[in-house]
Amino acid sequence: MFVAGETVRVKDSWPEAAGPVHIRTPHYVRGVVGEVVRFLGDYPNPEDLAFARPAERRGLYHVRFRRGALWPEGRAEDDVLIEIFEHWLERP
Amino acid sequence: MDKETQRAHHDMGGVAKFMCETVDIEPHGLDDFDREVDALRQLLSAKQLMSVDELRRGIEAIPEGEYHRLSYYRRWMRSIADTLLRRGVITEAELRAALEGA
Amino acid sequence: MNILETDGERLLRAVRSLLEGKGIVSTEEVRERIAVTDAASPGQGARMVARAWVDPSYRRLMLADGTKAAEAAGIMMRGMPPLGVLENTAEVHHLVVCTLCSCYPRAVLGYPPLWFKSAGYRARAVRDPRGLLADEWKTVIPDAVTVRVVDSTADYRWMVLPLRPAGTEGWDEERLAGIVREGDMIGVTVPRV
Repeated sequence: MFVAGETVRVKDSWPEAAGPVHIRTPHYVRGVVGEVVRFLGDYPNPEDLAFARPAERRGLYHVRFRRGALWPEGRAEDDVLIEIFEHWLERP
Repeated sequence: MDKETQRAHHDMGGVAKFMCETVDIEPHGLDDFDREVDALRQLLSAKQLMSVDELRRGIEAIPEGEYHRLSYYRRWMRSIADTLLRRGVITEAELRAALEGA
Repeated sequence: MNILETDGERLLRAVRSLLEGKGIVSTEEVRERIAVTDAASPGQGARMVARAWVDPSYRRLMLADGTKAAEAAGIMMRGMPPLGVLENTAEVHHLVVCTLCSCYPRAVLGYPPLWFKSAGYRARAVRDPRGLLADEWKTVIPDAVTVRVVDSTADYRWMVLPLRPAGTEGWDEERLAGIVREGDMIGVTVPRV
């Protein structure tokens, strides 16, 4: 469980390397630190739904990343807001 | 290892080789094929025979070259067929027969 | 040959005939679904935006629960993914993209435009939004305004509630809805008088 305003890091994990998967955490935020904006609710895990497997409900969060933490170009204070599942987030 | 190398091919956010592509912003209508595929997917989802997650997985499984060569709705159609076969809603033998008969 | 490599049109005909034969999906159902889907258009979203501009309680509803706001506007949302609405302000301009595929608030805005689904948009929107908007749409967001790109990666479908432009004081909802375009609700353009 994370709260609004909390600092979180997206796990630097690459399940794609192990075999066919369906991941909804974009590559460009893996390992990056951001801030939880709000809790969006519990939803069945798409990683399992994609293979017609029984899917557990997981917490979904809106997480904000400074552009400066993602790429060298552009206005560093602009940001990117992404929906990320709880199991992809950790406390840095 | 670099994130761009480790990513799945459909995971395109910020990927350098696509950033230079000009974006054609003109409106383009859907043709009959597009509309039928779109409707079919919605119906299969409503009937719990195929989720949007399975649609996406099927599209992501298309080899990279084919993925870019196929139009948007042709990718959908390939994924729909793939998913229905995986789910056993149709069999490969049935599909081959239906293709031959067409 | 891998059967999935069959031409899409032939696959569609074969799959449809199999599904019809099995009583799973009928021709009539497909025809009806096409008609319903065709009926959705950006005009629906434009009416929601116009109403939010004139009615503060509707604006609050739209921001708190987009799905309920869409239903209040007569849009059928049962079985649809939740709708999220992002409000542009004097400080923040939102831009919606789905870098992984093409997630779009279809129930409200209709079919996504072709460019929204393109590799170029999906790659560049998240990494160079200001350059993309200026180059392709001639939309320049001032430096003092933060550009917030929203990547639709999960269950929500996002649309933008754009800023009401100056020069529209006293306009009724219908007139206001008339200036709200598809691109304004994605964030590639802003409404103009």
